[in-house]
Amino acid sequence: MAEVLRPEKLEMSNDTSSLASPELLHVLAVDDSMVDRKFIERLLRVSSCKVTVVDSATRALQYLGLDGENSSVGFEDLKINLIMTDYSMPGMTGYELLKKIKESSAFREIPVVIMSSENILPRIDRCLEEGAEDFLLKPVKLADVKRLRDSLMKAEDVAFENLMYKRELEANDVYSQLKRAKI
Amino acid sequence: MQRQVALIKQSLFDQGYLDEQFMALEELQDDANPNFVEEVSALYFKDSARLINNIDQALERGSFDFNRLDSYMHQFKGSSTSIGANKVKAECTMFRDYCRAGNAEGCLRTFQQLKKEHSTLRKKLEHYFQLARQAGPKETARRPK
Repeated sequence: MAEVLRPEKLEMSNDTSSLASPELLHVLAVDDSMVDRKFIERLLRVSSCKVTVVDSATRALQYLGLDGENSSVGFEDLKINLIMTDYSMPGMTGYELLKKIKESSAFREIPVVIMSSENILPRIDRCLEEGAEDFLLKPVKLADVKRLRDSLMKAEDVAFENLMYKRELEANDVYSQLKRAKI
Repeated sequence: MQRQVALIKQSLFDQGYLDEQFMALEELQDDANPNFVEEVSALYFKDSARLINNIDQALERGSFDFNRLDSYMHQFKGSSTSIGANKVKAECTMFRDYCRAGNAEGCLRTFQQLKKEHSTLRKKLEHYFQLARQAGPKETARRPK
């Protein structure tokens, strides 16, 4: 008789989504300008996102637990869906922050968007080559933020559907086995 | 009263003190956040006062560190752009051009002009926000027709 796969052996996780909460994307925004921080925070809230704003790349790394001061313990539950960072910042630039994020195994999958007041093509190319999701010219438009949000929500939907489909396949597999075993 | 507020706002746009970014900020206001633009404006003037002070001190020292001055002005231009301060932004651009040309005289002259524009804008916006508050929050939270 064929061995029946017990449900526990199927890795069926309850974590159906990487969203911070059922509806909200959690965005980490990084900018050294007070005015721009207030502006981007408002743009994101109006777009129904949960927002965390920090004033430097260093603080962003601290928040993510990538500053070397902490191990990655305790940061696994941190759900960030998008990082938006200014390019020109004193100390560490947005470009350097982008590189650090892409080097990290925990956070490299998170889309990173660069914002800049300067339309410099080599800069844009460099950021995109390093894996930036998008490059936005300041002042950022509400339409830009909504577009980002929509495409991320869509990606979440696709991921969710894929997971549901996978579960369906697994459930069908169990059913087939049960049938074969004539239970 | 509300018509007066609308007229004042329109003239700020017509005279080039403000550009469409200011309108974009107003679009973000709602009944739950009726003072958003005024709050951003207050932040801007606090931040730019600091920058003006830094630049004043740098210029007073007499040694023209054009890189440093350009860096301050980059910040100034950035926040001026974010609030829609059109004339101030233009002066920032001119100042940076003089920095890159290493033209100390041009920098000094432009900076005086910039401080004037900045001060004028602050007074006009203070007046505008004061009237807008008196007129009633609901009317000012919408774009000009």
